[in-house]
Amino acid sequence: MDIETFFQNQNNKKQLKILTCGSVDDGKSTLIGRLLFDSKNIYSDQLSQTKIESEKYGTQGKQIDLALLIDGLQAEREQGITIDVAYRYFETEKCKFIIADTPGHEEYTRNMVTGASNSDVGIILVDATKGILDQTKRHTFILSLLGIENIIVAVNKMDLINYDEKKFKDIISSFKNFSSEFNFNLQKFIPISALVGDNVFQKNSNITWYNEKSLIDELEDISLNEPLEEEIFSLPVQFVNRSSSDFRGYSGTITSGKIKVNDEVQVFSSKEKIKIIKILTPKGESDFAVKEQAVTLTLDKEVDISRGDLLCSVKNHNYFLSDQFASHMIWMNKEKMIPERNYIFKFINFQTVGKITDLVHKININSFEKIASKFLNLNEIGYAKVALNKNTIFNSYKNNKKLGSFVIIDQFNNQTVGAGVIEHELRRASNISWHQMSINKNLRHSIKGQKPCVLWFTGLSGSGKSTIANIIEQKLHKLGKHTYLLDGDNVRHGLNKDLGFTDVDRVENIRRISEVSKLMVDAGLITIVSFISPFKSERKMARELVESDEFIEIYVDTSIEECEKRDPKGLYKKARSGKLKNFTGIDSNYEIPSSPEIVLETKIKSAEELADEVILYLKQYYKI
Amino acid sequence: MKLSHIDKLESESIHIIREVASEFDNPVMLYSIGKDSSVMLHLAQKAFYPNKIPFKLMHIDTTWKFKEMINFRDETAKKYNLDFLIHINQEGVQNNINPISSGSKIHTDVMKTQSLIQALDKYKFDAAFGGARRDEEKSRAKERIFSFRDKKHRWDPKNQKPELWNLFNTNIDKSESVRVFPLSNWTEIDIWQYIYQERIPLVPLYFSKIRSVIRRNDMMIMVDDDRLKIKENEKIEQKKVRFRTLGCYPLTAAVDSDATTVEEIIIELLESKYSERQGRLIDNDQIGSMEKKKQEGYF
Repeated sequence: MDIETFFQNQNNKKQLKILTCGSVDDGKSTLIGRLLFDSKNIYSDQLSQTKIESEKYGTQGKQIDLALLIDGLQAEREQGITIDVAYRYFETEKCKFIIADTPGHEEYTRNMVTGASNSDVGIILVDATKGILDQTKRHTFILSLLGIENIIVAVNKMDLINYDEKKFKDIISSFKNFSSEFNFNLQKFIPISALVGDNVFQKNSNITWYNEKSLIDELEDISLNEPLEEEIFSLPVQFVNRSSSDFRGYSGTITSGKIKVNDEVQVFSSKEKIKIIKILTPKGESDFAVKEQAVTLTLDKEVDISRGDLLCSVKNHNYFLSDQFASHMIWMNKEKMIPERNYIFKFINFQTVGKITDLVHKININSFEKIASKFLNLNEIGYAKVALNKNTIFNSYKNNKKLGSFVIIDQFNNQTVGAGVIEHELRRASNISWHQMSINKNLRHSIKGQKPCVLWFTGLSGSGKSTIANIIEQKLHKLGKHTYLLDGDNVRHGLNKDLGFTDVDRVENIRRISEVSKLMVDAGLITIVSFISPFKSERKMARELVESDEFIEIYVDTSIEECEKRDPKGLYKKARSGKLKNFTGIDSNYEIPSSPEIVLETKIKSAEELADEVILYLKQYYKI
Repeated sequence: MKLSHIDKLESESIHIIREVASEFDNPVMLYSIGKDSSVMLHLAQKAFYPNKIPFKLMHIDTTWKFKEMINFRDETAKKYNLDFLIHINQEGVQNNINPISSGSKIHTDVMKTQSLIQALDKYKFDAAFGGARRDEEKSRAKERIFSFRDKKHRWDPKNQKPELWNLFNTNIDKSESVRVFPLSNWTEIDIWQYIYQERIPLVPLYFSKIRSVIRRNDMMIMVDDDRLKIKENEKIEQKKVRFRTLGCYPLTAAVDSDATTVEEIIIELLESKYSERQGRLIDNDQIGSMEKKKQEGYF
């Protein structure tokens, strides 16, 4: 074969990213093994390795177990299940395939979502002997949520039901029954046997009643939506390329449309208009560039552009610069999602802290019912409103997948805990503008002759927070300082009497207190806050609401044994007997502060002495 | 204009490389001198053109690489004016750890894995690029593009962060790090096609030539220097061979081949029945061996 012809053929092959999903034991790994085997993409040494392993772990007797080619990790080989997303590569005459093999178990729904996020086509496997299962519905729903337009329902193990046409048709109709509301562009049904190979590559005489294409033919014929002629140009700026030389370029991957030299575009955040001078593509300097190319652009003038900005068409764009939106999201972490808690939200070229302000509903992904809920557990999907600390550029997922998606990251352990697709912008925040007051914080506190701050006490119930706080307020009062003491128990009688002690309510409790203490600081007061405040993230939220030198975190360090011994309100006794639920330190967690400004050890010193320590600190750092 | 499969892979890799340059303080590109490293280096140069690559390159030298590899490395560093580091585990050298008498397992562990960890700690790199591809080996097929490593550089395959769309979680704590694999989605044939199209220079060992080899453990091992002691029952043969992958010369098997150009290699590859890692002794030590090595910190 002539090598240039070969490359020409290679370059004409389309790239197709496919995802296999379906319930456990529907035969996903076997199907992929079959695709690799029949397309002759397995080398003989890999095959002989698999033969050795088949004898050790295989489920097909003396036959080679094709699933073992795929189940890469040792644990999977032993347990016979797929626990993570594996990517596989094979090609045919017409197509280069990248397959994401994702797990079937319900507890791995997040892995399936991960695989789906980068796929063009979803193959949903259904076990012909079992029919439609909950997991089939769940996966179909996720494919639709993630905007996958092409799906193929492969009814597998037809050999086990004697290629029964009626059973196949029954499965089709029950699939159509539940999926009627999902808008797939293409939806095909194919009876197959991955084990034997029927209708995967070869049409099989066993299934005389099926006259349509085999699975591979169907895949090869899928046409992906090419970018429309009039599609809007957009390029999220990823990297600013400048050096000591006078070169200055803006790098990123084009997420929609195309661009030509001399085109006028805008910097979305500033609305400034600029002209494209040079386009550097991976193939060198070019007059134009298109969607999916990683390019560097130079502009006709120096403007302020940084990572996080967007370059886009001047007219007809549909991007948002906002701090609030509504989105569908999946929760991917064992620790549940809690509204009002701060998380990191990562977008294509920008990340910022924000929170889920309102979980509108969660979705039962077996019945697709909307259910009221306060939080999302692992693998649950919900519809929620998000508020960010900073304005961010985004689009709806429907318009632009790259600019309409985000992941949620825990700010303490950096785990990716959730992911979402944006439905639309929310305008609430931009409608409420701040009234500029003529009298500001500085004027307010200077008349009082003091610098306002928050003394934030945290510690277990009964640790001595309120006692010490109370003494401090008296001492400050004697010194002629203007103070206010916010006490946990007292506030729960009024402002927060609608809140209980679940994690969700505790977060809301602290959020309100944080906001109130911010107002008090603004009023010029030395604000003393005495709450258990068990979670790091909420204390961080309170800290971030005021200026960095206005927040003094005071950890009252008393061991749980000591607190339980004192038990001034008899609460530990009640909690131990089960009469009091969600009690901090017993059946609800207390997260010890990692770097508080002050630690008070109650075991060594009296409340009076400890109060003096705080006063001394204030004298030193706040010159009171 | 329609982008070809290779065009898409190329842009995807450049995007990943730029993302690391934007999000990390002190990245490094691990350069192993092989064909995949050569492609990765080429992509990094494109990503920052017309400027220099804004991070260092590093080679973990086991002291047992083919001489031609070392020459090629030094020429490349000079030709492109690269900011280049070479790290050798001196402790291993002092203890005379070598692939022949210490065995491939201990040699790889001390001179590659531990050496890499030493270097990463020494220079406090927070991100390290590697040229691994998912089609190479089964456990790599499951690894993320941004693959998290704890303070001790360990990989936990059961606790990987989900990686959706092209949104990469680059948040790490102090002294944690990530390994980044920009070539994750390339296959062996893609790499060769790209090398051909872009005329990327390679170590001559990839091309067939008459070389001195001996047969040991059913493999053809090249006699690269006199540290390889020839046993009584072995004899040096002159054979037309080439290498499909490159590593420490006593651990890397040559294959019979007449392919002297990239075109011929591609044709040979298309007709070949053996996958490329087969030429490496280290993968076959035990079933799941690559996964175990990776958990310990190997690339």
